[in-house]
Amino acid sequence: MSLLAVSNLSVRYGDDAVVDGVSFSVGRGECVGLVGESGAGKTQAALSLLGLLPKNANITGNIVFDGIELANKSNKQLDPIRAMRVGMVFQDPMLALNPYLRVGKQLRQILLQHEMATGDDADRRVVEMLERVGLPDAGRQFRAYPHELSGGMRQRVMIASALICEPDLLIADEPTTALDVTVQAQILDLLEALRDETALLLITHDLGIVAGRCERLLVFNAGKLVESGATTSVFAAPESAHTKKLLAAALRVDRGEIPRPVSAKTVLAVESASVSYRDNSRQQLYAVRDVSLSLREAETLAIVGESGSGKSSLVRAVLGLIPMGAGRAVYAGEPLEGSVQSRAASQRRDLQLVFQNPAGALNPQMRVATLVGEPLLIHKPGLSAERRNERIVKILEKVGLDESYLRRFPHQLSGGQAQRVAIARALILQPKILICDEAVAALDGSVREQVLALLRKVQSESGLSTIFISHDLAVVRSISHRVAVMYLGRLIEVADTASLFSTPRHPYTKALLDASPIPDPLIAPVTAPLVGEVPSLVSPPSGCVFHPRCRFAEEACRSDRPQPRALGSALVACHKANEFTL
Amino acid sequence: MLRYALLRLLGAIPTLLLVIVLAFLMVHAAPGGPFDAERVLPSDVAANIEAAYHIDESLARQFMRYMSGLARGDMGPSYRYRDYTVAELIGSGLPLSLQIGTLAMALALLVGVSAGSVAALKQNSMLDRIVMSFAMTGISIPVFVVAPVLVLLLAVKMHVLPAGWSGTAGAAKFVLPVVTLALPQIAYIARLTRASMIDVLGSDFIRTARAQGLGTRTLIRVHALKPAMLPVLSYMGPAIAAILTGSVVVEEVFSIPGLGQFFVRGALNRDYTLVLGIVIFYATLIISLNLVVDILYATIDPRVRRR
Repeated sequence: MSLLAVSNLSVRYGDDAVVDGVSFSVGRGECVGLVGESGAGKTQAALSLLGLLPKNANITGNIVFDGIELANKSNKQLDPIRAMRVGMVFQDPMLALNPYLRVGKQLRQILLQHEMATGDDADRRVVEMLERVGLPDAGRQFRAYPHELSGGMRQRVMIASALICEPDLLIADEPTTALDVTVQAQILDLLEALRDETALLLITHDLGIVAGRCERLLVFNAGKLVESGATTSVFAAPESAHTKKLLAAALRVDRGEIPRPVSAKTVLAVESASVSYRDNSRQQLYAVRDVSLSLREAETLAIVGESGSGKSSLVRAVLGLIPMGAGRAVYAGEPLEGSVQSRAASQRRDLQLVFQNPAGALNPQMRVATLVGEPLLIHKPGLSAERRNERIVKILEKVGLDESYLRRFPHQLSGGQAQRVAIARALILQPKILICDEAVAALDGSVREQVLALLRKVQSESGLSTIFISHDLAVVRSISHRVAVMYLGRLIEVADTASLFSTPRHPYTKALLDASPIPDPLIAPVTAPLVGEVPSLVSPPSGCVFHPRCRFAEEACRSDRPQPRALGSALVACHKANEFTL
Repeated sequence: MLRYALLRLLGAIPTLLLVIVLAFLMVHAAPGGPFDAERVLPSDVAANIEAAYHIDESLARQFMRYMSGLARGDMGPSYRYRDYTVAELIGSGLPLSLQIGTLAMALALLVGVSAGSVAALKQNSMLDRIVMSFAMTGISIPVFVVAPVLVLLLAVKMHVLPAGWSGTAGAAKFVLPVVTLALPQIAYIARLTRASMIDVLGSDFIRTARAQGLGTRTLIRVHALKPAMLPVLSYMGPAIAAILTGSVVVEEVFSIPGLGQFFVRGALNRDYTLVLGIVIFYATLIISLNLVVDILYATIDPRVRRR
């Protein structure tokens, strides 16, 4: 008998079924992946298992856990099951942990509630659990508040809370989506190592995560279960059209076409740029330090790195949105100086920016026509209304939206459509350089592919140069000609895409590649590609900033800062890059 | 934390100065003076009195004189309560006002928070609607209407509570003034609590606590109460100010010899020093209590704490 048997489960709000007649099961100790795009009903299904949906949700069907019916039971009936028999890990640990309570107290409360331990015994068990999930100095972190921990550490606490009562089933809902890729690998390894006999239902939009880790897969689309089966067979021979579409859109870091390098003419040069802030205690922090980079004509240069690497700060300083502390950027022979307001109109026109979250970047009170036409009002005030409209229609057509979208508001657009509008708005002035800051990070696979195709098309038609900031190496591989890798504000490697992905020179680049999940069940994930976490900018490591996490580090790495040097066609900031093979 | 408190207190000095200047100008701008009466004094007597209290001097000189007195901790003599200094008058009115104000505040918190929490937990139920319509009524009706109506109902018609202050012994005389003063605050705090409790109960960390099987009671006590109380805590500053303002009316209506009554009499009599003294006292009180609220806020929300 399976541990969890769900049959004909539906979740409705009014007449809308967000989960529609779904049946599946999870066996004891089994690891099952539940995948689907946003809005597929994954989370709704997961929350319904433990009765965590809002009161207005109408649940039908059966949820049988170890012989006990869980559907439509009261909190009182479910409480003994929760945490004790079924643990749950949520997506964003910053929101899912109580910011007003010390983490130790939050964990302790679970033990007290389920009468697992009392008094000092409970404290001791909490500290023990925190140690097991890899919290350094667990005795002290017991007294920490969630905001005092890093994202990875918070998610470890979340896992500790889900496993502290040793449940039979663990439900993890997008447990690593809010985390950096190297931390994601650590958390997934931790889940695998700790769960032991516990069955795992792993919910994610990322096929790469489930491929190497889950025995079986459930594929959701629009509230329905469209495919289920052993992971290897689903990947090898998908039956449903939707699964095929998902697999086709899944990019991988280890194969796929790579754009060929184009010209060698530089359009934008960043020379020894630094960006610094002052924190609360007036201490100077360098978000970007001494970075030199060049962007060539009609090329896409990707800047990759984990959060805190300084990639966004660098482009913002180039655009003049934040002050550049030292160094300069040169565009078309002229330095880009001062804040964006003080720059020449031509410089402002030629550099345009597309943000990550189109819903936040578009004014919700403006219609598409106004949003897209606004830059023309500023830069071409003499243009007649008809001419302006013509250009708006033309640029919308270029990004794949017809005239029917002109009068829509942003909330009437899907995520992909909104990002097209944001791109149209950036392109209407015919810029020379487009900067995309995580522009596809919020999009589902198939939509992401469309937007990437749009960017490629625009580039081949108009010779646009693009800076493409991303944390996702698989996306970077498919769109960029060259890649710059940043870590803790420093540039550590720049190389042509092909050579960077085939022969990474810097140990950090290698770790990023290893940590990127590959949507292929035949390739086992690399365990522990990188230990530890990104150090604080307040006290950056001496010498090479990467040395505390580098397995090749020697004395010289601790004392001397490596300057970027040429190795083949690549520039690498590593003392020992030519001494080892990665 | 101590350093922060000291800095905040220093920062309050300009505010206080501004309050003093404005109050000084306003009492002097009001027509008439402290020694005007129906029986007109002989002009030489009036001149003597005015010279004795320095109100024949220019406004600027009077202000300087008043400020130099203040700097020495002297708020001057009352112009109308002969033989009393302002400090003595404040000292005599304060205990009673303080008692009534504190009781009203405590009542407002107790009833407001409980009613708001219950309404939030039973959102959109009949109980919720009843509590919220009472709250709306409480906010809409001003103290000077509530007070006489309560007196009319409970004291004059039903004889269950005394209508006035003097001549009645025991705690019963506190009931009507305290309730009158607390009512609008109860209403506002109940609404605040309800809204913030609903907000907190919808947050992700409450869902986490539910998933941990904590049970509604523990969930509220351990996880929800603290964050839900933050908006109420921020409201404490304005609430204290509102209670002070309310006390002026309430003490007048129930003839309570407290600070509020001195304030009203002082203003009517153009008792410059008394009015100024009470204004300064109120301002200091409100500023310091706001500081206390901010410090409490920081102890509840770890994220606003500073080194």
